[in-house]
Amino acid sequence: MKTDALKQALDKYGFDAAFGGARRDEEKSRAKERVFSFRSAGHVWDPRNQRPELWKLYNTRINKGESIRVFPLSNWTELDVWQYTRAEDIPVVPLYFSAPRPVVKRDGVWIMRDDDRLPLNAGEQPEIKAVRFRSLGDYPLSAAVESTAASLDDIIEEMITTRTSERAGRLIDSDEAASMEKKKREGYF
Amino acid sequence: MTASIPRNVTVGTTGPDGPTKGLLRFLTCGSVDDGKSTLIGRLLYDTKLILEDQLLALEKDSRKHGTTGEDIDLALLVDGLEAEREQGITIDVAYRFFSTPRRSFIVADTPGHEQYTRNMATGASNSDAAVILIDARKGVLTQTRRHSYICSLLGIRHVAVAVNKIDLVEFSGERFHHIMGDYFGFAQGLGFTSITPIPLSARYGENVTSRSERMRWYDGPTLLEYLEGVEVDQALAQKPFRFPVQWVNRPNLDFRGFSGTVASGTINAGDKIVVAASGKESVVTRIVTADGDLPEARAGEAITLTLADEIDVARGDVLAKPETRPEVVDQFAAHVLWMSEEAMLPGRSYLMRIGTKYVPARITNLKHKVDVNTLEHIAGKTLGLNEIGLCNIATATPVAFDPYEENRETGAFILVDRFTNATAGAGMITFGLRRATNIHRQDLLVDKASRSRLNAHKPVILWFTGLSGSGKSTVANIVERELHTRGVHTYMLDGDNVRHGLNRDLGFTDADRVENVRRVGEVARLFVEAGLIVLCSFISPFRAERRMVRELVGADEFIEVYVDTPIEECMKRDPKGLYARAKEGKIKNFTGIDSPYEAPENPEVVINTADGTAEEAARRVIDALATRGITA
Repeated sequence: MKTDALKQALDKYGFDAAFGGARRDEEKSRAKERVFSFRSAGHVWDPRNQRPELWKLYNTRINKGESIRVFPLSNWTELDVWQYTRAEDIPVVPLYFSAPRPVVKRDGVWIMRDDDRLPLNAGEQPEIKAVRFRSLGDYPLSAAVESTAASLDDIIEEMITTRTSERAGRLIDSDEAASMEKKKREGYF
Repeated sequence: MTASIPRNVTVGTTGPDGPTKGLLRFLTCGSVDDGKSTLIGRLLYDTKLILEDQLLALEKDSRKHGTTGEDIDLALLVDGLEAEREQGITIDVAYRFFSTPRRSFIVADTPGHEQYTRNMATGASNSDAAVILIDARKGVLTQTRRHSYICSLLGIRHVAVAVNKIDLVEFSGERFHHIMGDYFGFAQGLGFTSITPIPLSARYGENVTSRSERMRWYDGPTLLEYLEGVEVDQALAQKPFRFPVQWVNRPNLDFRGFSGTVASGTINAGDKIVVAASGKESVVTRIVTADGDLPEARAGEAITLTLADEIDVARGDVLAKPETRPEVVDQFAAHVLWMSEEAMLPGRSYLMRIGTKYVPARITNLKHKVDVNTLEHIAGKTLGLNEIGLCNIATATPVAFDPYEENRETGAFILVDRFTNATAGAGMITFGLRRATNIHRQDLLVDKASRSRLNAHKPVILWFTGLSGSGKSTVANIVERELHTRGVHTYMLDGDNVRHGLNRDLGFTDADRVENVRRVGEVARLFVEAGLIVLCSFISPFRAERRMVRELVGADEFIEVYVDTPIEECMKRDPKGLYARAKEGKIKNFTGIDSPYEAPENPEVVINTADGTAEEAARRVIDALATRGITA
């Protein structure tokens, strides 16, 4: 979704730039990402040949067919995002807050199972747990975390004491350390 | 560009115990084996900022790529790209975030090898302090000097010198003091405000976050204590007010505001302001934000200003206060760090971005290069990748700036290649060379249009480009003869001929070729002003320079004639015997042999003297002049 559909939309409308919310603290290859991240024709990211980015002087020049992904929140942390959300009273999707939800344990993480789109494996039995999502991605690849944080204040408190990273719940990333870099080379957001 | 953050939130500066000392941005520099990534890994690990799942991944990675035997390899935490993990080196800058109850940190982890100087400078450009690593066994090395110089050049004033791997020299105080004696010796001239030496072992965590029991002779701070305590100059709000206009916001006839982020200083409603370049003054009537008007705004805030008067302000303009104006010049001296594989050529036109403005700029003179290892000044004509030089730069229109030493926000610029759009160079302005406001062009009573009216044709440059032996001069000669017989006023500038006079001092290096074409372009422009049709016959192998000449005159006053004769044919003709000599290696930098020719992308006329006679080719050029209404 965030690769092919995105590329099709960018090609169809010929956008010069697309804004994304990715942050450098999310993941190792994102730590190397530029704020203005150049994509060659075909949306390819070449991490070894990125434009140097000094001061706040962003190079916005591109030729036809090329584009730029812009990440204005590059230097924010997950905690910053929640503090900002609270300060500005920004409405958020309820899945970020804890609630009793039906989940199954699979590959060591909690996957939500509220309808038949997720076929159960032998021996799997959905149970009700107080969980929330720290990161929302493709279903059913985004796992829930056990949490009782049901408000913004709770989440911020949890954030300060938490011992796992935000992307721990993404099955798609844990295949191998370099999987995000690979996806991004191919045009993933 | 950073998002505007409301005043009651300070992103990155809240610890578990509430507001802290604020955000510190610092970089670490050291060479391949100094243990820099290990040090950052150690900082994150000891401050408990490595999370459980990251630790699991780290253990897995350590088994695969690790260099520390059974122990987990902390360096793998920060080397994020696959190539880096495989080769065990840091290539690109990585940013890491951690916080303690006292302070939040953004670390730029930068590579130390000379071939990645540009990446180190990138990390330094946004940092307030630096941690420079020295291997205790090796002492002050060439790279230590290079790293210190680059930090100093990029404006960092506070450094911690971390003498690492102290465990490998038996935690010797004598060794440590000897190294620091060397360091202070050469760092004196670098303009650091504070230098803090710290002996430590990143691998074993000695003096990183906790005090070492094995170095009782050391009573200074641990690295973390230093980072938590260092006072950096965060006085941007105390500097003179600078507001580079990002956007003119005009949603309807009743509102006209100027949007942007305050680069430095503060502004209040009711303050007088001046547009730096034009000198036009007005008064701030409102400071508008999405959350309502503010009485005052300060450095870092994104705002929209409205003014009392309808004065001319555009994107790229800098607003200041009349009593503290920036300098406005079209020529200045700057240190330039070259970041492109393609060498910097004096005379070539680049796009310069300074503040929110893009302006065409040329490096008019490379005063000297700096050997980043010895800091010696050396003579040179061009700058290659990762080289630094002091240059004179001329811009097409005047720009407002402050010396980089006084204000990083308004004293820094980047240079963009006009064809590839790559970021080719970064610069720090040292001083202005002349005040543009003092230089006025002499207004002339007779201008180009009035001169042209005396002729029965319009003025134009006919620029013949192509390989040596392609027939440029032959065709140009026939065209001029034909035009002359029809009473057209012409002049011929020929590549070989100008090298006997005007350009006698130039050779055939890339830099000299650029200057050759630049001078010819300026002369051709004067002839166009005089109302003539100027025929220029030059190999002119580079697109950038042909474009430079094109931009000297009006849009319809430049016709590029591409003499597209295949090189095989040119070599067969070889009228001056040059190809033969070039192939024997007797002529260097010969276009088509060991120097490139960049074919025109959109020439107005293409001719090929291999497929027909020179007369036929000349006919097509003359027809093109008539079609365009230049001649009758």
